[in-house]
Amino acid sequence: MDAPRWLRTGLSLALLAGVFAAVLALAGRARLERADFVFNNGSEPQTLDPAAVTGVPEGRVVRSIFEGLIVQHPETLAPLPGMAESWTISDDGLVYTFRIREGAKWTNGDAITAHDFTYSFERLLHPETAAEYSYQLWYAKGAKAYSTELDDDGEPIPDFDTTVGIRATDELTLEIELEAPTPFFLDLVAFYSLYPVNRRNIEEARERWPDDWRIEWVRPENIVTNGPYKIAYRRVNDRIRLEKNEGYWDADNVAFETIDILAVEQYTTMLNMYLTGEAHWIDRVATNVVPRMIVREDFDPTPYLGSYFYRVNVTREPMNDARVRRALSLTIPRKAICEKIMKAGQLPAYGVVPPGIPGYAGIPAGKEDPELARALLAEAGYGPGGKPFPTIEIHYNTAEAHRDIALAVADVWQRELGVNAKLLNQEWKVYLDTQTNILYDVSRSSWIGDYGDPNTFLDLWVTGGDNNRTGWGDPRYDQLIADAARELDYEKRMELMLAAETLAMEELPVLPVYYYTTQNVVSPRLGGWFNNTQDVHFPKFWYWMDDAELATKRAAQQAASIEGNATEIIEASGPSAGLYSPAARLERGE
Amino acid sequence: MLRFLLRRLLWFAITLLVVMSVSFTLMHSVKGGPFDNERTLHPSIEANIKARYNLDWPIWRQFLDYVGPLNLNEKRATFLGGDGSDVWGGVMTGDFGPSYRYRDFTVNDIIGQSLPISALLGVVAMMWALSLGVSAGIASALRRGGKLDLALRLAATGGIALPNFVIASFLIILFVFWIPLLPVAGWGTLQHMLLPGFCLGLVFAAYIARLTRTGMLEVLSQDYIRTAYAKGLAPRTVILRHALKGGILPVVSYLGPATAGILTGSLVIERIFFIPGTGSHFVNSATNRDYTLAMGVTILYTVLVYGLNTVVDLAYTLLDPRIDLENE
Repeated sequence: MDAPRWLRTGLSLALLAGVFAAVLALAGRARLERADFVFNNGSEPQTLDPAAVTGVPEGRVVRSIFEGLIVQHPETLAPLPGMAESWTISDDGLVYTFRIREGAKWTNGDAITAHDFTYSFERLLHPETAAEYSYQLWYAKGAKAYSTELDDDGEPIPDFDTTVGIRATDELTLEIELEAPTPFFLDLVAFYSLYPVNRRNIEEARERWPDDWRIEWVRPENIVTNGPYKIAYRRVNDRIRLEKNEGYWDADNVAFETIDILAVEQYTTMLNMYLTGEAHWIDRVATNVVPRMIVREDFDPTPYLGSYFYRVNVTREPMNDARVRRALSLTIPRKAICEKIMKAGQLPAYGVVPPGIPGYAGIPAGKEDPELARALLAEAGYGPGGKPFPTIEIHYNTAEAHRDIALAVADVWQRELGVNAKLLNQEWKVYLDTQTNILYDVSRSSWIGDYGDPNTFLDLWVTGGDNNRTGWGDPRYDQLIADAARELDYEKRMELMLAAETLAMEELPVLPVYYYTTQNVVSPRLGGWFNNTQDVHFPKFWYWMDDAELATKRAAQQAASIEGNATEIIEASGPSAGLYSPAARLERGE
Repeated sequence: MLRFLLRRLLWFAITLLVVMSVSFTLMHSVKGGPFDNERTLHPSIEANIKARYNLDWPIWRQFLDYVGPLNLNEKRATFLGGDGSDVWGGVMTGDFGPSYRYRDFTVNDIIGQSLPISALLGVVAMMWALSLGVSAGIASALRRGGKLDLALRLAATGGIALPNFVIASFLIILFVFWIPLLPVAGWGTLQHMLLPGFCLGLVFAAYIARLTRTGMLEVLSQDYIRTAYAKGLAPRTVILRHALKGGILPVVSYLGPATAGILTGSLVIERIFFIPGTGSHFVNSATNRDYTLAMGVTILYTVLVYGLNTVVDLAYTLLDPRIDLENE
C-alpha cells in the first residue's frame, strides 16, 4: 500500500522548508562590505595569542592587532618607537630601559603600563602558557631558570619578582636586565613573542570559562588588543576582518579602515584572486608561473633571510668523513637549481647565512669543482681502486620543488662522482620525525631567520643544539658562537660569526643550496609597503597611492632600472583616487 | 517502525564505538605529533605543551577522557581522585575538545562554522545533480538506443571520468577570465555558489543519470505500465506518476551515501574555490596530526553515513510498498 498522502506531502514540504531556511540563514546574515585592502595569508593562523605564535601567517595578524615596545621601519627594519616612546641601553649592554608611551590604551580603555609588560613576559616564560618561543626571552637574567626549573606540580621554583631581570620600576618604566650582552636584543623586542597581552582580558576569561578560557579570551568578541587594528570577524579557513582601532595612539597615520586577511592555500586560487582584483597582495606564486610574472612590475623578488640546504647525517659512514661531505657539496649544481628550477632570482648559496645582514660579509661565492670532488673522494678511499661508495638517500618532504632539486642533485652526484643517490620523500610530519631522530643520509632543510643577525642561523649547529639534527658538533665552533654572543663590538662580533660560519663550511654538517627571495606579488598602488630582508610588514604604514603618486613612483623605478630591463606596467588594483591616512590627507590639503 | 529504529540505534552505538577506538589508535600510532615543527622545541617547552593537552598520559587514559562521559583531568570526580569541580566531559557530553592545529577554536566551533557551508554547497550541488541527472536518465530511457541516448550516456561517462578540478579549471577560464560573469573564488553570495555547486554536482548528476536510466528501463517493461497506457492515460502521466516512482528507487538508495559524500568529500572543490567548508578538514586534520579534529570529522562522517542510510531505508517504504522494515 502507498504511504499516506499527508505523509508524503509533509515530508516534501519539510525538505523544502529546510532548504529554504538554510538559504535564508545565509542570506540573512549581514554580508561583509568589501575591505579597503585584502591580502592572502597562505593558511589559517594557528592562534592569535602572541605568546603562542610561531609562524609567518600568525605574525602578520598579530602585528596588525598588537603592538610591541618597538615597531620596525617598513623598508629598513630599523627600530621605531611603538609602545615604548624611547629606550636606553646601559654601557655594558646589560640593562635595557624602556619608557612606555604615556596615554596609550588597550581596546577596553585600560591604560598601558610597564606592568602589562612584566605580566606578559612572565606569562610568556611560565610553563603553563606552554609557549614554544619562550626562549626568545631567555636572554633576560633568570628567565631560562624560571621556564625550566619546575617543582612536582609543574610550577616554577624561582620567584619571578626577585630572580628574573624584568621589572617595572614605575608605572611607565620597564627595565630588562640581560644574562649577557645580547647585541640583537632590540630585534627580539620587536618580535611578536614579546608583544603585550591584557591581564584583565585573560583573567576574566579564566574566571568565566574555567575550562575553555584559553580559547575564549582570543575570540574576536573577547580579545583586548593595543595595535592599529582590531578583529571584527573571524571564520576558520576563510578570513579575518580587521577594523581600524580608533583608540590607537597613532591612528591619525593609519589609512585603511578595513583589511581582510584570507587563508587561501591553493597557489592557483590565490593567483586567480589577485589577477581578478579580489586580493591586492599574495605572498607566493607557483614556480611554473614565475617566468610569466617576473617581467611584471608587481613581482619583484628580493633577498629574504632564508636559507635552503641539505643536512648531512655525520654519524654514519660514509658521510662521517668531512672529505666526502666536501666532495658532495662541490658538485651540487647550485646555479642550475636557481636558474632552471626556482627561477625567481634565488641566489646560489655557499654558506648558510643569507646576504642582507648589515656589516656581515658572509661566505664568498664559490664554484662547483667536480675534479677536486673526485680527488677528495679518492683520498677518502672511495671510487676507482677504492671501496665502492654505498647508495645514499636524499630525504625530503613531499613537494614538487624539493623533488626537482633532489633529482638534479642525485643526477650530478651519479654523473660526476659515481655516487648512487636514491630519492626518499615523506609526508611532512613523518619527514620531521625522521630528521629529528637523525635517521637519514642527506635531508632537505631550510631555515628562516627570526632576527637580522647571523646568530639566528649559526647557533643551530652548536653541539647538541635542539635544532642541530645532524649529529655534528665541534668545540671550536661552540666557543666561537659563545664568544660572539658576549662580544659588544659589532665589527668584532661579525668577525667571530664569520669565523664560525667558515668553520662550519669546512666541516659541512650541512650542504648549502640556495638563498631565498621574497615571492610577493603586490599591487603597485600600495604605498608604505616594501620588500625587505625579513619579509615583515606593518599594516599601520600602508595606504593607496593616487594616480599621480603612482606615476611618480613608476617613473622613478624606470629611471633606476637598467637599460632594456624595463618592467611590464600592469593595471594596478586599488582606488585610483588613493586612500590616505587622516594625517596625510591634512598634509595634502584635502 | 519503532523497533526498526531502536535496533538501528543500538547498532549505531556499537559502530561508533568501534570507529572511535580504531581511528584513535591508528592516529596515535602514526609517526609525528601535532606539535612537531620545523623547529625542535626545548625539551622542557615540549613537556609543557604535552602536559597542557594531556598528551603525556597513557593512550588508554587519553581515549577514555576523550570519549567520556567522565572527565579524567585534575577536575575529575572525587572518587577518581580529582577535586570534583567538573565531573563530566568528552564526546558523550557533546564536547569534542580543542583543536590542536587551530588553537583558537574548539572542534565544535570548527564543525559548527564549516558544516552549514558544506551543507548549503551540498544542497546546491544535489539539486542540480538531481534535476539534471533524473531528466537526462528519463530522456535516455525513453529514447533507448537513439542518438539522444548515446549522447547523454557519453556525457554521463565523461562526467564520471573527468576529475572535477579539470572541469573547475575549464569553467573558471570560461566564466571568470573570458566572460567575466562570476567571482573566481570565495563564499558569501549566490554567485559564489554557482561554479562550485555545478562542479561538485556534476559527477553525481552523471551517476544519477545512469541509475535513473537503468531503473526506468526496467520499470517501463513491466505489466502495470502497459496497463496504464492501455487505460488511455497520457504518456506524461504514465511516466511521471507511475514509472518514475519505481524507476527512481536505485537513485534513492544512492542518495544516502551521495549526500554524505557531497557534504564531506568536497575537498578539491573547496580548495579551488576557497570555500571554508568541512571537506578540507578531513584531509588536513590527518596531515596536521590534529587528533581531536580528525576524530571529530570521523565521527561526523560516521553519523552522516549511518543517519542518511537510515533515512533512505525509511524513504524506501514510502516509495515501494513491497518493502517492510519490521521483518528486515
